[in-house]
Amino acid sequence: MATSRDDFVIAIRSAFLKKGNQQRFSLIGLIFFSVGLLILSKINLPFTNYLKITLNEIVYRTSFIVSVPEKKILDLSNKIQDHYNVYNDYVLVKEKIKTLESKKYETQFLEVENKRLKKTINEYIFKSDELVAKVLIDKNSPFLKSVIVNKGSKDKVKLGMAVLDGSYLVGKIVEVNYSTSRALLVSDLNSKIPVGIEPGNIQSILSGTGKQNGKIEYLETDILIKDKSIVYTSGSGGLFKSGIPVGIYHIETEKEYEVVHFFSKLSQLTFVKLVSFEEGSN
Amino acid sequence: MSSKFRNTIGKTFLLYLPLLLLFISVFNEFDFNYLNYKYFSFNFPFILIFYWSLKRIETLGYGFIFIAGMFNDAVLGFPIGISSLTYLIICGFAAYLRNITLRPSLTKDWLYFLFTISFANSINYFLLVLFFSIEINYYEILGNIIFTFLLYYIFAHIFDIYRKILLRIKI
Repeated sequence: MATSRDDFVIAIRSAFLKKGNQQRFSLIGLIFFSVGLLILSKINLPFTNYLKITLNEIVYRTSFIVSVPEKKILDLSNKIQDHYNVYNDYVLVKEKIKTLESKKYETQFLEVENKRLKKTINEYIFKSDELVAKVLIDKNSPFLKSVIVNKGSKDKVKLGMAVLDGSYLVGKIVEVNYSTSRALLVSDLNSKIPVGIEPGNIQSILSGTGKQNGKIEYLETDILIKDKSIVYTSGSGGLFKSGIPVGIYHIETEKEYEVVHFFSKLSQLTFVKLVSFEEGSN
Repeated sequence: MSSKFRNTIGKTFLLYLPLLLLFISVFNEFDFNYLNYKYFSFNFPFILIFYWSLKRIETLGYGFIFIAGMFNDAVLGFPIGISSLTYLIICGFAAYLRNITLRPSLTKDWLYFLFTISFANSINYFLLVLFFSIEINYYEILGNIIFTFLLYYIFAHIFDIYRKILLRIKI
């Protein structure tokens, strides 16, 4: 009994304490160093922030270069798929153009009317600063849905800026380095965005699911959302302006129940707009 | 002279290929998640680190594994140090198995690998959720563990062949 315990101790000691052939560091030393780094990250000391920013700058650029071959293969496969779908897409687009043309004039009138009414009730009109950024890394990891863009603090990117694909909201900036930033996508589990759902002006929170869609949370049980309702940002909290389209609500699809399908395809982002909204005078 | 030089470069490349693969997989995060199969993803660095720590640790080296972990954290946006800790835990388990094994068997290594990655991922999960308040889908991790475990068997065979080549050319 005592011998087997001794063997166990010897094996553990040998595994963790001995440096071994051509090893400069012992395993236990590096484990303690990792734990120390974790504690320092939690405390949020300026030293760890500088270390993180420097590391991020190097890693993002390197990762962008290393990812090039994989990106090329994915692009090629997407292009081939697109070629197969050309005719079906053409028919769909033709139909959509017809519907959109009829709505265009109606929208123009509504926009002008909306501005006039906002002035009448003294509501703030938002001014926005826009920056176009290239998506450097889009890893689509199963644990964190985020993208790295090539604009950072030197381009006046700030934490919390909205990230748009065209006019659709796709995420917000959660980490700013000197020349790069990380945007947390709306599909991430940690993303919570105050939204309004139309028709009905239902106020709620849109949360990511970690997949390619979102779900509506914190909704009172007696409120029913209609199928194919449009989800916009509500502007609550003052981070985003109200009325940025995010997605479309489906009560039931082939695979899921009560999900929000985002307007933008989050795995295909190449260029995005970084927008900060400020309250302007009327 | 030239062929000797080429020979040396070739040998060095073969010797450090697993290390190169580790860094490429960390920077590129290739887990085939983009195939969009529900819950399908696997952790290639786990397989690589466990296998080479078990069979030939001097190929990777604890220092490089630690650095690879830091790079992985930067790519994924996790707190710095968490992947390094996970990778080093795997190294520790592999080193322990190496010390107690007299007759190596792939099946035993395989089952032990399941225990190792379950433990390492649990530590990772608890640190992220409890210590850093980052929300993570538990089922995604479970799927990742299962597929990493299943694919270890295939990769171990491939690495065995590769290791035999290294032995044959006396590296």
